[in-house]
Amino acid sequence: MDASLIQSVWTVVVLVLFVGIVIWAWSSKRKQDFDEAANIPFHEDEKPTEHTSKENSHG
Amino acid sequence: MADQLTYNYKVVRQFAIMTIVWGIVGMLVGVFIAAQLAWPVLNFDIPWLTFGRLRPLHTNAVIFAFGGSALFATSYYVVQRTCHVRLLSDTLAAVTFWGWQLIIVLAAITLPLGLTQSKEYAELIWPIDILIAVVWVTYAIVFFGTIMKRRVQHIYVANWFFGAFIITIAILHIFNSAAVPTSLLHSYSAYAGVQDAMVQWWYGHNAVGFFLTAGFLGMMYYFVPKQANRPVYSYRLSVVHFWALIFTYIWAGPHHLHYTALPDWAQSLGMVMSLILLAPSWGGMINGIMTLSGAWEKLRTDPVLRLLIVSISFYGMSTFEGPMMSIKTVNALSHYTDWTIGHVHSGALGWVALISMGSLYYLIPRLFDRTLYSLKLVEVHFWTATIGIVLYIASMWVAGIMQGLMWRATNSDGTLTYSFVESVQAMHPYFIVRFLGGAFFLVGALVMAWNIWKTIAGAKPATATIPAPAAAH
Repeated sequence: MDASLIQSVWTVVVLVLFVGIVIWAWSSKRKQDFDEAANIPFHEDEKPTEHTSKENSHG
Repeated sequence: MADQLTYNYKVVRQFAIMTIVWGIVGMLVGVFIAAQLAWPVLNFDIPWLTFGRLRPLHTNAVIFAFGGSALFATSYYVVQRTCHVRLLSDTLAAVTFWGWQLIIVLAAITLPLGLTQSKEYAELIWPIDILIAVVWVTYAIVFFGTIMKRRVQHIYVANWFFGAFIITIAILHIFNSAAVPTSLLHSYSAYAGVQDAMVQWWYGHNAVGFFLTAGFLGMMYYFVPKQANRPVYSYRLSVVHFWALIFTYIWAGPHHLHYTALPDWAQSLGMVMSLILLAPSWGGMINGIMTLSGAWEKLRTDPVLRLLIVSISFYGMSTFEGPMMSIKTVNALSHYTDWTIGHVHSGALGWVALISMGSLYYLIPRLFDRTLYSLKLVEVHFWTATIGIVLYIASMWVAGIMQGLMWRATNSDGTLTYSFVESVQAMHPYFIVRFLGGAFFLVGALVMAWNIWKTIAGAKPATATIPAPAAAH
């Protein structure tokens, strides 16, 4: 096994892996999970305005 | 334990405040050395103030002190809030804060003294390198330890980018800084000749790719949706964006060594991988900007959001320019000229600094339970910074292309048309414009510091309760 064969095989493996990731990401089965994941930052909110002291609002 | 019911905001606050402090210090040094290039008399014939010593001080201060503190602050905040859990360990988090500040102070002492390893962006001498490795591994333990005890099943995409940034920087730093010490203050690189150059630019370009890009993309994927109050444009695109960036960035380093002793095939590989890099970069840019799709009017009313979105536009611009400059024939003109400096600053000021500042405008009011003192001042900051960046990069484009053309111009008998010093003289007006651009940007940062100071003066540190486990799936 020479180095260039290993490199060629590795290139193909990485390409297949990447195409696999693209297909996986765009499969319709993932849609709902991804929609939920995209909303993780919104599971809780922390609006500073609710506790603001009044003298501090020049904005 | 009461501690386990709240997030650790203390370490986030510390890093957030130091981001602003080090940002001003680093930018001030930058403006000063820009002035030195225009008016060399500003060296004052003092060795500690010469350009060669202050330039690494500037780059280390803005990249690792300002950018690094911003990354620590935002990653610690985002990982807690998207995992619904407190940081793994308050003690270890404090170790990363104080350790990082110590490293910055040591850098600020050693670099003006002329103590350097003379590797670009890895100038610090070996004892400091060891300290960096220790702090960085601690950072990784805190970050990944927090992810491991998360109460939200899915690991949000911002954390993937922060995680990749932390792992890759550890590997890059440890390998590139490998050295044989000869004394406490001096060492020789573990590599020799062209291998040393290749390792250095494998490190150097991935410092751009993972320190200055992946980490800040982590910010983008959290703070842009939060500030716009809508989820990211396409989550599936963010997943592909992540893997595409990881697969390609690591190979782009050789474009720093075009037409050197590096084998031709390695140069060509570096160029091709740099060109491919355009795809994931623009995929990420589109994902960030399109998050506003259907809510563009928010840009008119919200200067913080505008700062974030303009930073993504600069990201798109510099990640288009970068691949173009990596093409060997373009590089033959651009390399070693001020065009490179302009390119770096369109990324550093436009993307890295603006997204950090936008994130801080979001973050700091929440860390202190206050609203921003003045949105008008954010507007002022936005415009001074933007004008500064445009002055900076436009002057460097003209200067760089002119330099490149002057250096390669030959007479009919084959002799050089211009001497080197003639090209230096031709740079003078552009150096002044660049200095003004940098000064504008610094003024913007000072306006921000004033605004933040007025926001938090007298405020009590905020505490935020972790939502009940029921909220997690």
